[in-house]
Amino acid sequence: GAPCPQWPYCRKRCSYCNFNKYVVPAVDEAAVRACVVRETRTLLHLSQVQSVTSVFFGGGTPSLASPCTIAAVLEAVAGAAHLPAGAEVTLEANPSSTDTPRLAGFRAAGVNRLSIGVQSLDDAELQLLGREHTAAEARGAVEAARGLFPGRTSLDLLFGLPGQSHGAWVQGLEAVLGLCDDHISLYQLTLERGTALAAQVWQGALPTPAPDLLADMYQTARAMLVAAGFRHYEVSNFARKGALSTHNLSYWRAEQYIGVGPGAHGRFVPRGEGGCSREARVQTLEPTAWMREVQSQGHGTRKRVVLTPLEQLEEVLALGLRTDEGITHERWGHFSPHLSLEAVFGVQGEAKALQQQGWLVLDGSGLRCTSEGLALLDSLLPDLLCQLQRC
Amino acid sequence: MAVAGRRAMWWARLRSPCFAAAPLCLPPRLPAGPVACERLYSSRGKEKLDMSMYPVETIRNFSIIAHVDHGKSTLADRLLELTGTIAKTDRNKQVLDKLQVERERGITVKAQSASLFYNHEGVNYLLNLIDTPGHVDFSYEVSRSLSACQGVILVVDANEGIQAQTVANFYLAFEAQLAIIPVINKIDLKNADPERVEKQIEKLFDIPIDECVRISAKQGTNIERVLQKVIEKIPPPQCETADPLKALVFDSTFDHYRGVIANIALFGGEIQKGHKIVSAHTNKRYEVNEVGILTPNEQPTHKLYAGQVGYLIAGMKEVTEAQIGDTLFLHKQPVEPLPGFKSAKPMVFAGMYPVDQTEYNNLKSALERLTLNDSSVTVHRDSSLALGAGWRLGFLGLLHMEVFNQRLEQEYNISVILTAPTVPYKAILSSAKLIKEYGKAEITIINPAQFPDKLSVSEYLEPTVLGTIVTPHEYIGKIIALCQDRRAIQKDMLYIDEHRVMLKYLFPLNEIVVDFYDALKSLSSGYASFDYEDAGYQAADLIKMDILLNGNPVEELATIIHNDKAYATGKFLCERLKDAIPRQLFEIAIQAAIGNKIIARETVKAYRKNVVAKCYGGDITRRMKLLKRQAEGKKLMRKIGNVEVPKDAFIRVLKRQTDK
Repeated sequence: GAPCPQWPYCRKRCSYCNFNKYVVPAVDEAAVRACVVRETRTLLHLSQVQSVTSVFFGGGTPSLASPCTIAAVLEAVAGAAHLPAGAEVTLEANPSSTDTPRLAGFRAAGVNRLSIGVQSLDDAELQLLGREHTAAEARGAVEAARGLFPGRTSLDLLFGLPGQSHGAWVQGLEAVLGLCDDHISLYQLTLERGTALAAQVWQGALPTPAPDLLADMYQTARAMLVAAGFRHYEVSNFARKGALSTHNLSYWRAEQYIGVGPGAHGRFVPRGEGGCSREARVQTLEPTAWMREVQSQGHGTRKRVVLTPLEQLEEVLALGLRTDEGITHERWGHFSPHLSLEAVFGVQGEAKALQQQGWLVLDGSGLRCTSEGLALLDSLLPDLLCQLQRC
Repeated sequence: MAVAGRRAMWWARLRSPCFAAAPLCLPPRLPAGPVACERLYSSRGKEKLDMSMYPVETIRNFSIIAHVDHGKSTLADRLLELTGTIAKTDRNKQVLDKLQVERERGITVKAQSASLFYNHEGVNYLLNLIDTPGHVDFSYEVSRSLSACQGVILVVDANEGIQAQTVANFYLAFEAQLAIIPVINKIDLKNADPERVEKQIEKLFDIPIDECVRISAKQGTNIERVLQKVIEKIPPPQCETADPLKALVFDSTFDHYRGVIANIALFGGEIQKGHKIVSAHTNKRYEVNEVGILTPNEQPTHKLYAGQVGYLIAGMKEVTEAQIGDTLFLHKQPVEPLPGFKSAKPMVFAGMYPVDQTEYNNLKSALERLTLNDSSVTVHRDSSLALGAGWRLGFLGLLHMEVFNQRLEQEYNISVILTAPTVPYKAILSSAKLIKEYGKAEITIINPAQFPDKLSVSEYLEPTVLGTIVTPHEYIGKIIALCQDRRAIQKDMLYIDEHRVMLKYLFPLNEIVVDFYDALKSLSSGYASFDYEDAGYQAADLIKMDILLNGNPVEELATIIHNDKAYATGKFLCERLKDAIPRQLFEIAIQAAIGNKIIARETVKAYRKNVVAKCYGGDITRRMKLLKRQAEGKKLMRKIGNVEVPKDAFIRVLKRQTDK
């Protein structure tokens, strides 16, 4: 079980972000804290999770919450379930709210891994993205974080920005390699409906990056990071010295996770009320409404849908194939005890054709993408889903 | 779809389902036009009318003919109101257009009739208004309505003046030797110029200026005058009730409960319930169950008499039994049949296949039900290696094809694959073997797959049409260039006034079948109008062109074309197909080929990256929905070799995209 509490507030709206977040003049932190704590307890009890494998503070901008809030939530987790000393506790942080004393406070509260939203080391790019920090501030934040969380600091980077050239990307990446710790997430910018950046691109005010350029940027980055000793362990994630993110891996492995906070999503079996099926759960989006619900009934779960065995397998497939290990026979068997990977994908059909074309591998360890196939996963999945649905 | 709406209605001579059956065909979610509008008609009570009150000399049978949008339906509404046939409300819009498609698209696709009662100078008159479709792609449907008339009201827009369909309609009426009452409509418009239109009418049709009636159908101005003209100028029908029964079937509809309802015009005698009648066409005997007039809904009467127009129900089970143009007479009192009509000729053919062969039977029954009231669609069974069992359907035009397809999808929830539209070519065979095989030397080719090789053919023939274009003179240069590009030959050019020109061109039909009208409208800023009529076949240098995807022919896109157009068409099809086929895991070569010769090529590059960047923490539900929709979509793809082609790609390829 992996709780992921959400802190839904941001100081500024980034031009590309469509997450459920709120920019408000003043946050009643004590009240929000009380609600996050209460919902954490309620949902952990509901899940009957005995031991927590990881905690991930996401957002919004959770580094805007004070260390005592983080501490209170972790205490709630430890109170409701076993929280082993070595369990990964990640906090997403913005370079603008990560001065050393603050980071030390987070560490004292129990955070042992930091994921910093650097996004770029170019001031013009940062401005385009609507970030409130400069490249210099990002560098400062990373250095401060590495000092306090050595080997456990991750950097988020964006590529494929409107107007970004291949050369600029390579330069940026070189700079990052000089700065980074042992984990990097590289995300191709996705233009999301409803964001300022997407509107500008779709209206023609900004250029649309060419598909081939994006492919080149991705391939170059993969090569550079692998050369620097990183393992490309998920579509957008790279780690060296074994610094993989336990929390995110558990997500890609379709383990249980418990979303806490406004708009948080979860996947778990509510054993506490006698449930035995995995459910897709969504918490109430809007913070005020969510708080009212938590105050009155202990949680703000707005929607819960029982996932059918087929739907669970579809998620296992769509998430598991994003990783370099793919879907192991063991993991598949956990969700599909009667129909093995071989029985579904080893027979004549789409998967076989994709194997022959060199995009996919099915062998003794499981089903996974080849290195070429990984970049094309979204073209492989519909075929695989078709084959799965026929079983 | 690009070729839709009013601007393309010249295409459609849609014999859509009869309105009586329409409520059964239309899905419940659609606004039930026919049901709603029936409340508008005034009830004349249950008493059967005695039609003997209306002897021949008090009867006038007439049509209103006009170019699209010149106000035919509005004038009909006003005539119905003025004669008390329908209550006068501001809701009367296109009262005679009962089909949903007519109201949606603002067009008339199905002829309707209405009997109007009007007292003029102390005499009660029976005025039979026989509505015609508002577009004359082929003269057939209008001429059949006109055959029941002695006169027409020719409506011309006071602003737009004479247009292509005005000319075509006029000649139909003129050749049928009907009385013509020119009416200039929309005189209330700011830019109305009735003097100019009167001069055009005088010049082109040789009708004196003082015979034109200026009206505004919208505002109801001068409508009474139109009715008086109808009585004064149109002669009563020349026939006798004392003669033996002679009834012309000029239209028919199908009602699921009552069977065939035939619209008839009596050219002699009388008819009533219980009469035994015979069809001159089939020699089948029927007993009359009901006769009546249309007001415009069915109003039973005791009898119908010579000169009158109405309907008849006589236990006919299929629309084909009420052959349009057929003559009905009394059993044992045969008469000389009326000349009748040539049947509607389909001019555009396309293959239709179920997306999934398991849907074959559903599609079959849907086709049967739809064609029940649209006998102008011809249906031949066909089969294709790639697409399985299906049909080759003949339509009257591309809009007709579109609407038919749309109705299949909307009303029967069936998706189909439609192949490229073709026109009916002919070949004169020279190979003795083939002649023996076909049993004749001249064959019609409606499917490119059946195109015989040049070596066994002495001559290919293509269908032609005589097109009429009316345009402001400033566009002449561009229009002539367009016509030349379409291999057309100029036949006539006439100034109908100082500013407007009428052009006549002989076109190969296939040159206008897809996008000619759009091109004409766009280069004339919408001012030029177009109409055409069948003009027989001419010799042509035809070849068959294949479209290949990674070397595999796409059966749906095989095309018979003129040799001169091969390169341009091949290039065009390849470019269009490139836009219609999504990138895939491998490169796709799109080629146009004549025999073994490649004449055009486009390439769809392989995907190099297609994977969503961020996938954690957030909601994967939305993403799974998208993936599942894509997986569903895969099942609707047509696989050619290993290339997946969306099923609408073929239609998209053949469409003009005006916004591009």
